Amino acid sequence: MQDNQMTSEEIVDRYFLEHRAKVLDIAAFLDRIDRSGSKEKDFRIIALLKCIDELQSGDENRTKRILELLSDHSVEPIDIASTKGASGAPPTS
Amino acid sequence: MMAYIDPHIHMVSRTTDDYQRMAQAGCVAITEPAFWAGFDRSSSQGFFDYFRQLTDTEPKRAATYGIKHHCWLCINPKEAEDVGFAREVISIIPEFLDCPTVLGIGEIGLNKNSKNELIILEEQLALAESTNQLVLVHTPHLEDKLKGTNLIMDAIDNTSLDPTRVLIDHVEEHTIKSVLDRGFWAGMTLYPDSKCTPQRAADCIEMYGTERLWINSAGDWGPSDPLAVPKCRLELASRGHSEELINTISFGNPLDFLSKSGKFSIS
Repeated sequence: MQDNQMTSEEIVDRYFLEHRAKVLDIAAFLDRIDRSGSKEKDFRIIALLKCIDELQSGDENRTKRILELLSDHSVEPIDIASTKGASGAPPTS
Repeated sequence: MMAYIDPHIHMVSRTTDDYQRMAQAGCVAITEPAFWAGFDRSSSQGFFDYFRQLTDTEPKRAATYGIKHHCWLCINPKEAEDVGFAREVISIIPEFLDCPTVLGIGEIGLNKNSKNELIILEEQLALAESTNQLVLVHTPHLEDKLKGTNLIMDAIDNTSLDPTRVLIDHVEEHTIKSVLDRGFWAGMTLYPDSKCTPQRAADCIEMYGTERLWINSAGDWGPSDPLAVPKCRLELASRGHSEELINTISFGNPLDFLSKSGKFSIS
């Protein structure tokens, strides 16, 4: 394991504005969906909101837990691949 | 300028300008796995021509910029649902395996984690076993990655393949530890929207070290960046990491793994 070479203050100084912008992008994305007038929440948005809840946990390894939230946890191969693409969140989440 | 290797990039989808920019950034060698072209090919002959492109055309194009080009051959999992078709393609692979720039079988793996994809993965693992080839593994995208990575590792464990001769690519924070713990090499792909950004790859290096780990751009026809490896090196340098660490992750480690083929060369 390598030591992180930067102090906490250096990390915040360096990356804060980049991630402030990303949070605003998420807010604007959700606002855009609201303005579309849709009442039904897409399963991907439901998953995204769960991820945002996870961000507020004080624990380490948020990235791993969020990736797990966005993963299919079944273990058996599916019968047939009817599509090639992935949606980014499991339909049941 | 430190030299680097991009061990996973699809140059058939990139322009010659990209070769030039990579060479200017220090790239001395690349390896190109066979992959899905963005459409399903209509016959196995299409793969025969693709393998000729990988073994003949691309090495010449790369050489113009002083970059050594090697490749991996297979049928990719996105075209593996039709088992009969996939077997036709697998049957033409052996005639290319003796080419001096073919390093092994790849990138094989799973896409949607289907039964037929798994059958074709197992048959290509058997081909690698019987011909003593290195293996480069593609793990699925997004929500399918965690399950697919576990299915793939189980399938490999059912063979006699030495895990130190298998690299499992596109790992992220939820798969990297299990891949390394089970003795495989792991690859982090640096993509702008999916997989790892250069910043997250640098985080993983800080958390898991550099042993049996490499970084690659997997540049292709989708959103991707053929200069992602030098960008990750810059990220590591800007965090204060040593030249030795940066060289290990972007040159020494790919050199070590690829040299197990007995064919990889940077000169």
